[in-house]
Amino acid sequence: MTSAFKLSRRVLLQGSAALGATTLLAGLPFGSAQAKDIAVGFIYVGPRDDFGYNQAHAQGAAALKKLGGFKVLEEENVPETVAVEKTMESMINLDGAALVFPTSFGYYNPHMVKLAKKYDKVRFLHCGGLWSDKDPANAGSYFGYIDEAQYLSGIVAGYTSKTGKLGFIAAKPIPQVLRNINAFTLGARLANPNVTTQVIFTGDWSMPVKEAEATNGLINQGVDVVTCHVDSPKVIAETAEKRGIMVCGYHVDQSKLAPKGYLTGAEWNWEALYPKLAKSAQGGEKIPNLVRGGLKEGVVKTSAYGPLVEEKARKHADDIKAKLTAGSYVIFKGPIKDNKGGTVIAAGTDRGQTDIELEKMNYLVEGVLGAIA
Amino acid sequence: MSGDLLGWWGVPLAVLAGAIRVSTPFLFVSLGECITEKSGRINLGLEGTLVMGAMSGYAVSYLSGSPWLGVLAAGCAGAVFGILHALICSLPRVNDIAVGIALMLFGIGLAFFLGKPFIQPQAPNLPSIPFGWWSENAQVRDALRVNALFIIGVILAPFLLWAFRNTRWGLILRTVGDSADAALALGYAINRVRMFATASGGFLAGVGGSFLSLSYPGSWSEGLSSGQGITAVALVIFARWNPMLCFWASLLFGGAAALGPALQSVGITQGYYLFNAAPYMLTLLIMILTCSRDRTLAGAPGELGVTR
Repeated sequence: MTSAFKLSRRVLLQGSAALGATTLLAGLPFGSAQAKDIAVGFIYVGPRDDFGYNQAHAQGAAALKKLGGFKVLEEENVPETVAVEKTMESMINLDGAALVFPTSFGYYNPHMVKLAKKYDKVRFLHCGGLWSDKDPANAGSYFGYIDEAQYLSGIVAGYTSKTGKLGFIAAKPIPQVLRNINAFTLGARLANPNVTTQVIFTGDWSMPVKEAEATNGLINQGVDVVTCHVDSPKVIAETAEKRGIMVCGYHVDQSKLAPKGYLTGAEWNWEALYPKLAKSAQGGEKIPNLVRGGLKEGVVKTSAYGPLVEEKARKHADDIKAKLTAGSYVIFKGPIKDNKGGTVIAAGTDRGQTDIELEKMNYLVEGVLGAIA
Repeated sequence: MSGDLLGWWGVPLAVLAGAIRVSTPFLFVSLGECITEKSGRINLGLEGTLVMGAMSGYAVSYLSGSPWLGVLAAGCAGAVFGILHALICSLPRVNDIAVGIALMLFGIGLAFFLGKPFIQPQAPNLPSIPFGWWSENAQVRDALRVNALFIIGVILAPFLLWAFRNTRWGLILRTVGDSADAALALGYAINRVRMFATASGGFLAGVGGSFLSLSYPGSWSEGLSSGQGITAVALVIFARWNPMLCFWASLLFGGAAALGPALQSVGITQGYYLFNAAPYMLTLLIMILTCSRDRTLAGAPGELGVTR
């Protein structure tokens, strides 16, 4: 009996001390410490260390993990099928996820939209989709104007190329990809008006052998700077380095793969965006349904310049970067012609980044060698 | 610089170079499957073996610093998978095709699981032999930069053809594959022969995988194979179980895979989806042209699951 009494007294003391501490804390300005740990789920379409698209997202998830206060769940190699619904359901039901990031384009409709209707207390934030009023209010989509960073890569490539021939290895001719090709080419022609960009479409997001073939094919035609829009630029960067040409990166920093020939690169900055979005969910703020941003908002960034980039190129690119960051520069500024000779943006028309017309892009600008179909 | 460029001539050159570069994994897997199928068993699991070989080859090359040790490790990993297939198939009433599919999924899954730490690091690659030293042209020199594994494959194909026809081992293998009853009557241990055939088939497929990760494209990633193992298994049927035909068929597939990017790089950009589909259209075409009303699948081993 005595021992039981002692124990309960100790518990009582501990309890009251803890209670006192909590009240004290709650009274202080950082009262948000009351918000509990929330579980956040990330779903990747490929391996999370692919030196590309998925790694960029995983770096964002890692940044969130480091922040503390969040339980980060991850699942990789989830196909864009009903499989992603199962993954989301198990994250919600088994791990209590309050916020889910399905990061691949094909997850959006119907999969994520369907689950957002079913679990209206859970937040769904999708990368790349275009949220509209018809979609559930607890869903949202975010994306970055990475073409701004591609434009800067183009400027650097235009200055550095000796042959005046650039190469772009792309997966599929969808608007986001075309926008990158066009921005890259416009940037390069700013530096050198005679530059051309040869495009090769491989047909899918991850085709290592075909990407290597495409890189070799371009090099054999005299191309001396390549860049790409595929899920994992690893093979392209390594092949370019092996053959002694230059490369501009994409998605994440690939300078480690091509220490000699890496010029710069267009990178995502999910490390900055994800903690922001997760904190707003934790604080119970209204869901941002449509998030877009570029250099100005810190959603994209550029890699550090490589050793081959000359002072002139650095200066010009840095100058434009400063203007883009300030929001005072328009990339798609008329007159712009497509590569068949037709005018796609009339003189005097400025298509700023938020212009929805740009998300429907279906042309290649003058200077691009290639066709969409 | 422009004097260095071949322009249009770049296309046949690129197709040739592509045929040499891309065909090696096809060649090794199809030669391996050829041995296995000659013994009367189909190992559909070679896709998994290929991926497992690519992973283990890369891992061992990275850890030991020697790419050739990696090739050996890849072969051994492949042989282990082959032995596993043969062991399970030697049990009564087991279907070799079903076991193959199971092992394919197992091999891919295991390779992804074990290969996680090796995606980021860079392993030393296999050396290439510059056969184009005589040319001034950079493109020709690059096209003729041939990997040693390809040369081994080129020697292996006629050797296997000769061995199947002219050696005692070849005869035993063919007997077991064509009629298990006859082999039994002659006193051969059928399961042991098949075990050996499947293990060597797996070894070759593993080596083919190491080519992917150690030579071309030359790094380990999970999308590396994208179905090449399966294609190579089909290629054996397409090549009528003849190692030399396997060699030519592999070259054909390699060249066809290079056609799409090569044409786009010289500016033929219309209809690239069609060029990318070239290998598959080619298969269909040859299958239709070579099919016969009088006999089914000439050259097929009699004990093979598909022909029984």
